[in-house]
Amino acid sequence: MLQDKDRIFLNLYGFHDAGLSGARVRGAWDNTKALIEKGHDWIIGEVKKSGLRGRGGAGFPTGLKWSFMPKDDPRPSYLVINADESEPGSCKDREILRHDPHLLIEGALLASFAMRAHTCYIYFRGEFIREREAFQRAVDEAYEARLIGQGNVHGWDLDLFVHHGAGAYICGEETALLESLEGRKGQPRLKPPFPAGCGLYGAPTTVNNVESIAVVPDILRRGGSWFAKLGKANNTGTKLFQISGHVEQPCVVEEEMAIPLRELIEKHAGGVRGGWDNLLTVIPGGSSVACLPTDVCGEITMDFDALSAAKSGLGTAAVIVMDKSTDIVKAIARISYFYKHESCGQCTPCREGTGWMWRVMERMAQGRAQKSEIDLLLKVSKQVEGQTICALGDAAAWPVQGLIRNFRHVIEERIDSYQAKSKSAQGDMDRAEFIEAAE
Amino acid sequence: MTKTLIIDGKTIEVDDDLTVFQACELAGSEIPRFCYHERLSIAGNCRMCLVEISGAPKLIASCAMSVSDMPPSRDGSLQEVKTKTEKVRKAREGVMEFLLINHPLDCPICDQGGECDLQDQAMAFGLGGSRYEENKRAVEEKNIGPLIKTVMTRCIHCTRCVRFMTEIAGVEELGLSGRGEDAEITTYLQRGILSEMSANVVDLCPVGALTHRPWAHAARPWELQKTETIDVMDGVGSAIRVDTRWREVMRILPRNNDVVNEEWISDKTRYVCDGLKSQRLDNPYLRIDGKLRPVSWDEALGAIATRLKSAEPSRVGALAGDLCGAEEMFALKSLMDQLGVKSIDCRAPYEALDPSYGRASYLFNSLIEGIDHADAILLVGTNPRLEAAVLNSRIRGRWTHGGLEVGLVGEPVDLTYAYEDLGRGPKELAEIARGSHPFAEKLRRAQAPMVIVGSGGFTRKDGEAVLGLCAQIAKMACEGSDPAWQAFNVLHAVAGRVAGLDLGFVPSEGGFDTSSLLAKTNSGALEVLYLLGVDEFSGKADSDTFVIYQGSHGDRGAHWADVVLPGSAYTEKSATYVNTEGRVQIGSRAVYPPGEAKEDWKIVRALCEHVGQVLPFNTLSELRSKMYKLVPHFAHVDEVELADQSGVEKLAAVSRSCDSDAFLGGVQDFYFTNPIARSSKIMAQMSELNLRMKNKGTRVAAE
Amino acid sequence: MSVRRLCPEQPASFAFTKENEAWAKQLVAKYPAGKQASAVIPLLWRAQEQFDGWLCEPAIRLVGDMLGMAYIRVYEIATFYTMFQLSPVGRKAHVQVCGTTPCMLRGSGDLIAVCKSRIAPKPHELSADGDYSWEEVECLGVCANAPMVQIWKDTYEDLTPELFEKVLDGFADGNPVKPGSQIGRQASSPQGGPTTLTDPALYDGSRAGKREISETATSGEVSLLQTDNSAKPEALSGPRDGKADDLKLISGVGPKLEETLNGLGIYHFDQIASWSKETANWVDTYLSFKGRIEREDWISQAKVLASGGETEFSARKANARDENENEA
Repeated sequence: MLQDKDRIFLNLYGFHDAGLSGARVRGAWDNTKALIEKGHDWIIGEVKKSGLRGRGGAGFPTGLKWSFMPKDDPRPSYLVINADESEPGSCKDREILRHDPHLLIEGALLASFAMRAHTCYIYFRGEFIREREAFQRAVDEAYEARLIGQGNVHGWDLDLFVHHGAGAYICGEETALLESLEGRKGQPRLKPPFPAGCGLYGAPTTVNNVESIAVVPDILRRGGSWFAKLGKANNTGTKLFQISGHVEQPCVVEEEMAIPLRELIEKHAGGVRGGWDNLLTVIPGGSSVACLPTDVCGEITMDFDALSAAKSGLGTAAVIVMDKSTDIVKAIARISYFYKHESCGQCTPCREGTGWMWRVMERMAQGRAQKSEIDLLLKVSKQVEGQTICALGDAAAWPVQGLIRNFRHVIEERIDSYQAKSKSAQGDMDRAEFIEAAE
Repeated sequence: MTKTLIIDGKTIEVDDDLTVFQACELAGSEIPRFCYHERLSIAGNCRMCLVEISGAPKLIASCAMSVSDMPPSRDGSLQEVKTKTEKVRKAREGVMEFLLINHPLDCPICDQGGECDLQDQAMAFGLGGSRYEENKRAVEEKNIGPLIKTVMTRCIHCTRCVRFMTEIAGVEELGLSGRGEDAEITTYLQRGILSEMSANVVDLCPVGALTHRPWAHAARPWELQKTETIDVMDGVGSAIRVDTRWREVMRILPRNNDVVNEEWISDKTRYVCDGLKSQRLDNPYLRIDGKLRPVSWDEALGAIATRLKSAEPSRVGALAGDLCGAEEMFALKSLMDQLGVKSIDCRAPYEALDPSYGRASYLFNSLIEGIDHADAILLVGTNPRLEAAVLNSRIRGRWTHGGLEVGLVGEPVDLTYAYEDLGRGPKELAEIARGSHPFAEKLRRAQAPMVIVGSGGFTRKDGEAVLGLCAQIAKMACEGSDPAWQAFNVLHAVAGRVAGLDLGFVPSEGGFDTSSLLAKTNSGALEVLYLLGVDEFSGKADSDTFVIYQGSHGDRGAHWADVVLPGSAYTEKSATYVNTEGRVQIGSRAVYPPGEAKEDWKIVRALCEHVGQVLPFNTLSELRSKMYKLVPHFAHVDEVELADQSGVEKLAAVSRSCDSDAFLGGVQDFYFTNPIARSSKIMAQMSELNLRMKNKGTRVAAE
Repeated sequence: MSVRRLCPEQPASFAFTKENEAWAKQLVAKYPAGKQASAVIPLLWRAQEQFDGWLCEPAIRLVGDMLGMAYIRVYEIATFYTMFQLSPVGRKAHVQVCGTTPCMLRGSGDLIAVCKSRIAPKPHELSADGDYSWEEVECLGVCANAPMVQIWKDTYEDLTPELFEKVLDGFADGNPVKPGSQIGRQASSPQGGPTTLTDPALYDGSRAGKREISETATSGEVSLLQTDNSAKPEALSGPRDGKADDLKLISGVGPKLEETLNGLGIYHFDQIASWSKETANWVDTYLSFKGRIEREDWISQAKVLASGGETEFSARKANARDENENEA
């Protein structure tokens, strides 16, 4: 288990002062200037060395992403921080934003400096209103203390602006976020061009998750190698895990990457409701990834590689636990509804396919379907997967595919019992008609 | 840079700034598409054009991937594109299925039937049936004005219409509201679309979501006779196709002509066709006891002959109007020449264009295509949006690419692109000509400057002086640029004028021009006035002058005439038109004129017999060969005979003083510029909607 | 989500308050000149807040006019983003119940049942007194405190139907309960107390002001080299003509080092061949080679290879490769 001294988010639960002085006591803003003086490339180098992979779900190496930013471009460069936390199951960025905002602000300064950006926008999901207010207070403090802003004490001008959306999951996709930030509907852009070449306002832009940026100051202070030593190869560092669903004590907790799932649940979340044997399945990385077969849950470690080998994913490390009382078909149907609701409507397979999948899923949750439709549903999900402009199509397809892969028998039983019921109901009706006619 | 690719096994070298889609087309591999359109920005949303590219794990939307962005192959071999693999076929089937699950499949009652991309591609790339068993989505219809009928359940969300309105028409009226499967194309609160170019979205719509309201359920495309011809609603000369059934023009559609109208036409060009059916003159009329009464051709022509023969040639005048073809003007001019009549004119009152300066003095010398290269444009006394809507879109297209400065001297109007308001009248124009105005510097610096003067500039008493100033500015702007570049441009708002000027349909030595003839008519000093399709101005109906009107519609001209000869409209005759650039184009006959009406040159030819004059042609081809002797470049159809630029030099030497009056726009109501348009119900509806929206501001929904 | 339309009954006009107008001005200044459309969501949101929690049609036009946007563009935004309420909401509370799976697993269905019985049978419908309305929304990002509702700006977490009723009672009385967890836990910490962050040394100030920057970070050469960039080799942005030389033909360069060199913008033999001693030293220290470049004499090797020649090593390597290919 991760030791407290290796934790980064020391005020994760807000037991302590979230303000500047509290943050300073916990080590934030400690000689940041020294880090900046080491130069752009050093920072990118250390982040590369740390092995940090993006914490927003896709797991792209952060240092590498930064190195795509052009070095001498006449256009301004932008850092955009994605605080549009909306993946069902995810609730980690919220805690950083309201309880440890200075980690993020300092990280924003360092990352902006590394990428030669003088402007940073933070895009909040619209519903995070109190979080936005709390974060804005911290930004004001940082401006006040001349930690950021024009002519700040660190010698790298940075304007940091808080922006927000108004209810659209898709804006968590980086190019949809940029569209939204530019004042349009959040519809993802075609790539290429990638944001590093042509992003916000047509200028070089990097979009990073809140957690990815907030861990940067610690990585730089303690060294990339410190971070790289935690976790396992290619899956390094610490991670905020969010455990929800059927556990005794749902919580958010910072743990080492590659912690065994069972250990995570039992140590921090008080275990599965009714004991480990009562576990049905776990969705390990937010609604976009497939649920795991029951037996795999006991052995799997929580990291990118292990989970993708298990045909699921680490995603945002949002662990949704379901015990045996769960109607798994209904639970996944609700996820299908979510994607139908959040599809931006731009490209055909997602616009039409998410609705189709949801409708079939709803019927299957009642059992009101044919068994042949299970394969049809699978085919439809494959027709969506990989054919869309952004990853929302994939995200809508995977949970359905995971359900069919792991719980096909549940759907079949549901259909059988529905048909049996309707047959007997039909029988009753026939009899009633017969009696009626006889009378 | 070029790049060598293998496309479906075929090795091909292509420019690397092409898209993969275009490269495939070049290689002969046709790719289905819905959202892609070569003249619109790339949306990449229909996903129909997915192809397999070596090295890419997923299928790639070929319309959105440029050849230079293709992932490099790992071993340095040529990159490969495959469009015919099982994976691609499956993907297309998948997309087709998705498009159809919520499409109503109401083809039997859909006006798009027979020319529907969705139908065609479903046949070519789709599955045979549907596996979708849920209820289909229904979408409310949107009322977006009298021109475009919507059946939104059919919409496949390709957004071509939104992109066209935003990018080409320059009117941000259409949008995609909502999201996901509830996304809908709409205008703001179902406001009517106000754009001169709006109906092009119907052509662009790949399905039957947007169809032509005026022709709703009137005909099936396969029962229509198609005639390719030329539009006469403005001076652009757009390429059109007239679709007819029996004697009736059912619809007018654009044809592609890259150098003129690309593939767009204005709403007037398109929907004016109902005006071809109403207010038509289908019988000769003679004013008897103050009233026009139907008579036979012999009676009518006889009455004219009597007056013509007895009249002193110096007291006879002939005017040709805006829609005239070259043939009838040539015929009338020949007759008047033989009668010794010197007072002929094809221009509006006080229109200062003068062929004696040379052709360059009245042509759009930069050519319409030249707009694509322009980097500075000075507009003088013109509102190209109303006077030449398609041409204005071209300026807008050039402007959206950046690097174009536009200045306007004249009425401030919404042109759909930003311009510098330089002032209202000749005063500012003179400052620019003197070089003392900052815009002069912009023109001088420009590599491809254009000065565009419209009828608001040259149709006024000081028109010649205004033209002179424009020529001076053009001359100054061209200093140092490519000597082949011509900057001086006259924008004609009407179809017939250039041919008239080319023919020399202007008063010869001692003759009177239009304004004098009108004055003389009003005072009764003229004996006979012959109006060939003149409807934009009229004189006193009760004057002593014998007024002959020859034309297609019972419009202004017929109302003050003493004799009315029913002619034919542009769809009813083969006639030569010369557009504002000087491009000679021949229109074809799609239908016969109604009733007793005849082709116009034949009417003049018939009149000769009654007057006792012999014209040296009996057939249209004889007429044309004579006409080509007088104006040789008329024989070069579809081409522009480059005009000798000394005309602009001569014009620049004109030094006369101007008035201080502000320039007015040449066209006040876009929908009412000629007798055909004024007879059209659709145009009247649009005109009214326009007026209402302007007066009431924002919240007028199209009823 | 269903089709979103503006409410048929609309006020005649809408104007921002003085304060909001001043605020709007400041807001627009956050974005570069000409990019004021960026402010559209915050402005619409402020309009909604000012107008009793729903977005009226005149406000859409006002915002369009303020930002120079076509009305249809603003309308697209208003209908795309679901937080914009297009018809009136409850005066006292508009309840947004998260219904997505993590909340559903912990009983959001029961909360919705409360809404149906206590407020209105259908979402977006006003209660009889007009004081309440409700809707089911998608994941609000409070999953570790499920189930939960959001009312105006605040979230009420860890609810049961009884606790939810109390929350509603609070709004009815004009005395709302404290937002956050309704079972008394701190944020998303495990109930019963945190399992982590218990070491008091984290909070005693010992981490502030004293902490050394780690070894790798302080290893002197790095910062030294940062200042002496004159010796840095000239970098290419990519291989010329897209074809890099096989630097592995230099004895001592493996695939890993080749990648590193490429990372420095070095792709060709002639680049290495042209290095001065200082440059070689710079690269050596920068990559912590400890003298390798000189020891293995890369520069001479590179000179030979650049001129098209072969070194003993490269010849051996080429042979080996041919053999491999033959075997394959």
